[in-house]
Amino acid sequence: MDGFNVLWIQSGGCGGCTMSLLCAEAPDLAATLGSAGIRFIWHPTLSEETGTEALALFEAVLSGELRLDALCVEGAMLRGPNNTGRFHLLAGTGVPTIDWVRRLAALAKNVVAVGTCAAYGGVTAAGPNPADACGLQYDGRRVGGALGAAFRSRSGLPVINIAGCPTHPNWITETLMLLAAGLLGADDLDVYNRPRSYADQLVHHGCPRNEYYEYKASAEKLSDLGCMMEHLGCVGTQAHADCNTRLWNGEGSCTRGGYACINCTAPEFEEPGHAFLETPKIAGIPVGLPTDMPKAWFVALSSLAKAATPDRLRRNATSDHVVAPPAVRDLKRR
Amino acid sequence: MSVADAGGGTRRLVVGPFNRVEGDLEVRLDIAGGEVLAAFVTSPLFRGFERILEGRDPRDALVIAPRICGICSVSQSHAAALALAGVQGVAPTANGRVATNLLVATENVADHLTHFHVFFMPDFARAIYAGQPWFARAETRFKAAQGTSVRAALATRTTLLHVLGLLAGRWPHTLAIQPGGVTRGADARDKMRLLATLGATRQELEERLFGAPLARIAALAAPEELDALRRGESDLALFLAIAEDLDLASLGRAYDRYLSYGAYPDEDGRLYARGIVTSEGRGALDTDAIAEDHTNARMEGRWRAHHPFEGFTFPDATDETGYSWCKAPRLAGLPFETGAVARQMVDGQPLIRALVASGGGSVFVRVLARLIETARTLLAMEDWVRRLEPGAPWCAQGEMPREGRAAGLTEAARGALGHWLRVEDGRIAGYQIIAPTTWNFSPRDAAGVPGPLEAALVGAPVRQGETTPVAVQHIVRSFDPCMVCTVH
Repeated sequence: MDGFNVLWIQSGGCGGCTMSLLCAEAPDLAATLGSAGIRFIWHPTLSEETGTEALALFEAVLSGELRLDALCVEGAMLRGPNNTGRFHLLAGTGVPTIDWVRRLAALAKNVVAVGTCAAYGGVTAAGPNPADACGLQYDGRRVGGALGAAFRSRSGLPVINIAGCPTHPNWITETLMLLAAGLLGADDLDVYNRPRSYADQLVHHGCPRNEYYEYKASAEKLSDLGCMMEHLGCVGTQAHADCNTRLWNGEGSCTRGGYACINCTAPEFEEPGHAFLETPKIAGIPVGLPTDMPKAWFVALSSLAKAATPDRLRRNATSDHVVAPPAVRDLKRR
Repeated sequence: MSVADAGGGTRRLVVGPFNRVEGDLEVRLDIAGGEVLAAFVTSPLFRGFERILEGRDPRDALVIAPRICGICSVSQSHAAALALAGVQGVAPTANGRVATNLLVATENVADHLTHFHVFFMPDFARAIYAGQPWFARAETRFKAAQGTSVRAALATRTTLLHVLGLLAGRWPHTLAIQPGGVTRGADARDKMRLLATLGATRQELEERLFGAPLARIAALAAPEELDALRRGESDLALFLAIAEDLDLASLGRAYDRYLSYGAYPDEDGRLYARGIVTSEGRGALDTDAIAEDHTNARMEGRWRAHHPFEGFTFPDATDETGYSWCKAPRLAGLPFETGAVARQMVDGQPLIRALVASGGGSVFVRVLARLIETARTLLAMEDWVRRLEPGAPWCAQGEMPREGRAAGLTEAARGALGHWLRVEDGRIAGYQIIAPTTWNFSPRDAAGVPGPLEAALVGAPVRQGETTPVAVQHIVRSFDPCMVCTVH
């Protein structure tokens, strides 16, 4: 049978990655997947089949009658209470969803964790982790999780972690298209098994607040226009994703929306150890340094940049609208 | 799914996984004489968000609470912001209030579109209806995932959600809504872009969904006015034809008791009023009379019902008597229905009032209320964009006190959403959430009184040989359930 068969299962998550996926545009989801021969055997949001009809499809996969090219799992795996998995018995089956996933994963050519919950546990595993949630192959930053460190799907790949809370629609469609085309190998995943196609970039790349960052012209309160790294908890210089070069819902991103990047593609982002929208500091210097930046240079450059901050940026940085536009210079009269 | 002989000519069906709802759902049905005798609704997923929130910096609620739900994310964010604003004693700036209304309304209208086209209507394109006169049209337009109207509506929804891309960074899971307003302002250019987005959405809906101007849909008052809308090729005309043929107005009646926290605050009042409607007419909402009963919820604390300021969430791992992770919220001891139909009943939308008065709340009325509300809300949104004032402040700044408590009450697409926050010693000491589907899909309470869906399913017809009865599916989906919110 031609084409690329995807079965999608949801468990301990919010469904937001699917809601985001439906925002795929130009082309839309159906056209994008259709052009690559990708079809959903079953998807909880989109498929007609419910109850017995849906279970018949699951059974067809388990019996080998239907080939499973990718098992997509959205939401964390729930082990609790007391390792019974009872916090999510798949409706109509009485069987823990974590067990359904283990059975189906054993048959799948590829296993894809959609979103940070499925990848690492995510927000569902935050705080006291009441449901004993974990990811498919990670428990926070530790390899393991529901399927175990040694798990490899039939393609030989570990679980592919399309982390993000939520995921951008194109992270999903492009990863599935790469898999369908046979173009995704082990080298195309980063240290946390995220597709490098989006994870080899930083949220800082393309952030419209970069000029403020350069001069350390910082926002002091929410709705200010300045850089949010120094005071408002932004870790866009350390977060792996292409949110500011591949925008969301038209022209959006978190920093464009006026709030911090909270590094939602990373394992354990849900427990930063401080309030999300507040930057922890030691001796007035933010604790988290920009990725690949030596500390001494960062401190030196920051103090120099602060001294050189143009008045325009200093004023705009703490305003909720531009109070000082850039001067217009006559480029012919240097 | 399983079928069992429950004795006395009664058979028991367990239906699940129930898809095209948000999250996972199981329904147990006792069936005899070709209809449902009793229904038991199970919310099968427990994550424990209320426990996750406890002990954190209160401001973190704006990161954690939206992630309860990917389809009600902005509403969850709004409820959290309102609770924090209550504790801080801060009110949003005028711009902040109007922009927040826009953000919440965008999600609610997008969800209404998703519900009608992606969740609800595809059941009429099932082979079981192949003999009906409208089937060919239903199949072409509403075949699950493929129908022309399904795809067109997803495209319209995608366009509409550009409002959130522009003003809130992205959807779902934004941090743009804060206790004092919003994190991003709009300038004159942004206002034009927003009007273009809303104008495109309006045009799509007027042409394909309604076959009529939004203002005409919003102003519907007498049932006879629907007759003119039956003509033509709109999706609404098709829905009206199907509803008449299958008598959806007689299907799925619950208690006809409605609750709305009111939505979209203005300087004076709200676009949709706060209150309740019962057999005694319209009344005021007394939130002190809200309590959650744990009798069938697999939760500790069954000895009495708890007001959410006194509530707690300790799952009972060994419990065998409860049949859901969902608590049973009651207002003055009674189950209430919430959602678009409740909002429009409480607000006094004349057509919805007339239909409920004559035949009761039903599958038909719930869906129609959502469509009318879509038109009403979109019209208000265009007005709100015009009222945004570039240069005026967007976000008031508040101080977080060490102690305090407050409730944040808002309306998600599917109904009344409340967060009850207690702050002690600068941390979250208690955080109780009652979501819309917690009300609608609650299990039985200590008195054995079924929740609204459980009541609505009684009498639903079951055809010979059906294992996932289609009438049951219509009734369940008419509530637009969000199961991830339900238990949270």
